[in-house]
Amino acid sequence: MQRIGVFVCWCGTNIAGTVDVVKVAQTLANEPGVVFSADYQYMCSQAGQDMIKEAVKKHKLTGLVICSCSPRMHEATFRKTAAAAGLNPYMVEIANIREQCSWVHKEMPIGTEKAIILGKAAVAKVNLNAPLTPGESPVTKRALVIGGGIAGIQTALDIADAGFPVDIVEKLPTIGGKMAQLDKTFPTLDCAACILTPKMVDAGQHEKIRIFSYSEVTDIGGFVGNFHVTIKKKARYVREDLCTGCGLCTEKCPQKKVPNEFNLGMDTRRAIYIPFAQAVPKIAAIDEDYCTMLKTGKCGVCAKVCTAGAIDYKQQDEYITVDYGAIVAATGYNPISMDKFDEFAYSQSKDVITSLEFERLTNAAGPTAGKLLRPSDGKHPHTIVFVQCVGSRCSGADKGKEYCSKICCMYTAKHAMLTRDKYPDTDVYVFYIDVRTPGKNFDEFYRRAVEEYGVHYIKGMVGKVTPDGDKLVVQASDLLAGKQMKIDADLVVLAAAIEPDKSARPLATLLTASMDTNDFFTEAHPKLRPVESPTAGVFLSGTCQGPKDIPETVSQAGAAASKVIGLLAKDKLMGNPCVAHSDEMMCNGCSSCEKVCPYGAITYADKEYRMPDRTTKVRRVAVVNEAVCQGCGCCTVACPSGAMDLKGFASAQIMAEVDAICK
Amino acid sequence: MKVSYFPGCTLKNKAKDLDTYARRCAEVLGITMEEIENWQCCGGVFSTAKDEIASKLSSVRALAYAAEKEQILVSVCSACHNVLKQTNHAMQNDADFALRVNNYCAPDMAYHGETQVMHYLELLRDVVGFDKIREKVVNPLTGKKIGAYYGCLLLRPGKTMQMDDVENPRIMEDFIRAIGAEPVVYAMRNECCGGYVTLEDKNLAAKTSAAVLDNAAAGGAELLVTACPLCRYNLVKNGGRDLPVVYFTELLAEALGVLDATQGVKEENNG
Repeated sequence: MQRIGVFVCWCGTNIAGTVDVVKVAQTLANEPGVVFSADYQYMCSQAGQDMIKEAVKKHKLTGLVICSCSPRMHEATFRKTAAAAGLNPYMVEIANIREQCSWVHKEMPIGTEKAIILGKAAVAKVNLNAPLTPGESPVTKRALVIGGGIAGIQTALDIADAGFPVDIVEKLPTIGGKMAQLDKTFPTLDCAACILTPKMVDAGQHEKIRIFSYSEVTDIGGFVGNFHVTIKKKARYVREDLCTGCGLCTEKCPQKKVPNEFNLGMDTRRAIYIPFAQAVPKIAAIDEDYCTMLKTGKCGVCAKVCTAGAIDYKQQDEYITVDYGAIVAATGYNPISMDKFDEFAYSQSKDVITSLEFERLTNAAGPTAGKLLRPSDGKHPHTIVFVQCVGSRCSGADKGKEYCSKICCMYTAKHAMLTRDKYPDTDVYVFYIDVRTPGKNFDEFYRRAVEEYGVHYIKGMVGKVTPDGDKLVVQASDLLAGKQMKIDADLVVLAAAIEPDKSARPLATLLTASMDTNDFFTEAHPKLRPVESPTAGVFLSGTCQGPKDIPETVSQAGAAASKVIGLLAKDKLMGNPCVAHSDEMMCNGCSSCEKVCPYGAITYADKEYRMPDRTTKVRRVAVVNEAVCQGCGCCTVACPSGAMDLKGFASAQIMAEVDAICK
Repeated sequence: MKVSYFPGCTLKNKAKDLDTYARRCAEVLGITMEEIENWQCCGGVFSTAKDEIASKLSSVRALAYAAEKEQILVSVCSACHNVLKQTNHAMQNDADFALRVNNYCAPDMAYHGETQVMHYLELLRDVVGFDKIREKVVNPLTGKKIGAYYGCLLLRPGKTMQMDDVENPRIMEDFIRAIGAEPVVYAMRNECCGGYVTLEDKNLAAKTSAAVLDNAAAGGAELLVTACPLCRYNLVKNGGRDLPVVYFTELLAEALGVLDATQGVKEENNG
């Protein structure tokens, strides 16, 4: 018989506001097995934990029931408390009387009744609990970073600097990501390339970092500490070991009409290309959609001019498998498509552009060599209208996104300010819903745009942009003046909302990591575990977790790296002991459990048994690999003979809980 | 295939071309439009007043009639289609409204939005198919540069109408391509013509209509097509420009070779 202690937490007024905690403690004291029962204001505090430890010693407790918040919140805390008091940590049960009780009920009698029932169920379960010991598994001391933007680069550098090998997998031919396309960065206005490219070079030269560029992750198996990842190295038709990055091929290739994605299609590149001068690795790639040689077999100019003999038209996609201890998702973002926002005439006029296109137009390495010229006729624009929140903060979300994209207010202020600084003869209007500039030196920056640079900030939205000759007629409302206005603009810049990269959703499936409705990765806890995914061993870096600017991205990248370092520093990981277990004597080897196991944790073995008549019989029985089993319980339901059970959540324990609730 | 057809008041007098050619072309394309018996005015505009049911009852009767026959309910006039579709949407999604309407009407015709409501253009796109129309064209309007004028009622509110992207629609452009002509995409194609404001302030309607016509002409349109009698009225009578505006059904009839010899694209005695 167990000696159970019940501890009812008030959680300040969170629980005590709608649950009579004293009555709960008194009632549960009469449950079978309970020898001690108490309530306290904050059970998770040091004093509360000390109270538990003392009670364990004084009353020789063998099991604990904590009536408090969700086990997701503090189960680990109380298990540690139990262990410190000399109990097996798995002799603790949490009755969630906060999220599932006090927070959802308004009346004290109902809340109290439910709390008592939940407490009784937990007591019934603890009566059947048995001590469990977690197994151990080794840790592969290598990390994988998926995505080579500033988030991925920073995470990889921090992990590598701590001495652990890291691989970066980047789907494009170079690392650098969106930051490589930016001109200046707010609020200090230092040039993006000047601060990013040294980091790219560091990553490229670091002895602990391997970069798989033009590559994708196609399969992920295993679990925390022991991931097996398949990486597809896409055929770039250029041998990485031979190419010197001289760029001769990219000048001689006769196919000149390929839209240059680095400049967002505003100019062209060749079919064989190096995305930009500072690319890392600086290795050419052939675009198979445009290469005449690959399509028709007639050309071969690049092979002729390449002195290194690096061109290989027969190259195939290559698949490699690497083991990792930890995986970091850093898949980044993209601006949303402007297809559904044609009231701004994006598809009708070349002079309606997105903010990222504006970055390229003002960048010295961009299509206009940094001169602000209209895409349609190459003339200098004298009136520019910036429209904020295009696709951000859309209620209903039948087009656009419900969330704030967070970075647009600041980069629009930057664009407006830089335009006025460089071209004082230009009139600049910014239409906004709200200006949101929290952040160090951010609001000062925006105010400078208004007060020193004379940017016209107008509260209100643009309703229609109508191309009229070489003008764009912008129809908008000025909400503060309460009037409609029309502006003849030369250039309209749309601050398009940002969304997670399309590769994030399939990656989340491979990782069994969860995502929100907007396809941003979900963190394990929004405040306390912001860089960890709920899936053990998977970490989040940068905008794949939510909209972020560069400073925030870099901070999060460092935080993700420190979590990875903490994991890789361990030699062995404690597993979860709440895993499936098969009773060999009841198992008939039917394979039902193997078919439903999502983790491939069940295999079969032929074992010899002595029968009652003293003969020996060989029987096929299920065997659970405890390191792979995640304790989901599918097999326990599928098993027709009742041989499969989950440790810590045995059928008998669950039934005892149900009985206690229904009694 | 047979469909229920709700013509609406205007199509019986000022906009006969919209009606006549819609029926005639449907026959060519293998669809019989069966006019609803004793139909009444759609209500003209869909009132957004929550407690307003009287003006929506005639629409519900038409919808219930089609439901009884298990047919799609088709209309050609943008305004009628807008009211029918929005009323049907309210019958599906607003339980309180549906209850009051059904209580008011005869109890044996309890209706909850079962009918599929389609605009004639949707019928062409989704039931017939623009490819099929292209095959049936005997007199392609090759080389003609035509601007589609959507106006406001055909597509909006987008969530309810579910016809096309409200800001970047293509159904009429695809239709223009199907009859062999070249669509001109211009920014003002889904802006308001002025609508009923012409009764109150003719100058305002003249301004909005002229803006549409100027923008279309600047884009190179030689001709505009519309599905809405009120739009056509405003553009022709208030726009003050020479750009002709015709119903899309007229052009379809011309392309399919069923246009009356005496007709053709003509100045209409509208208004």
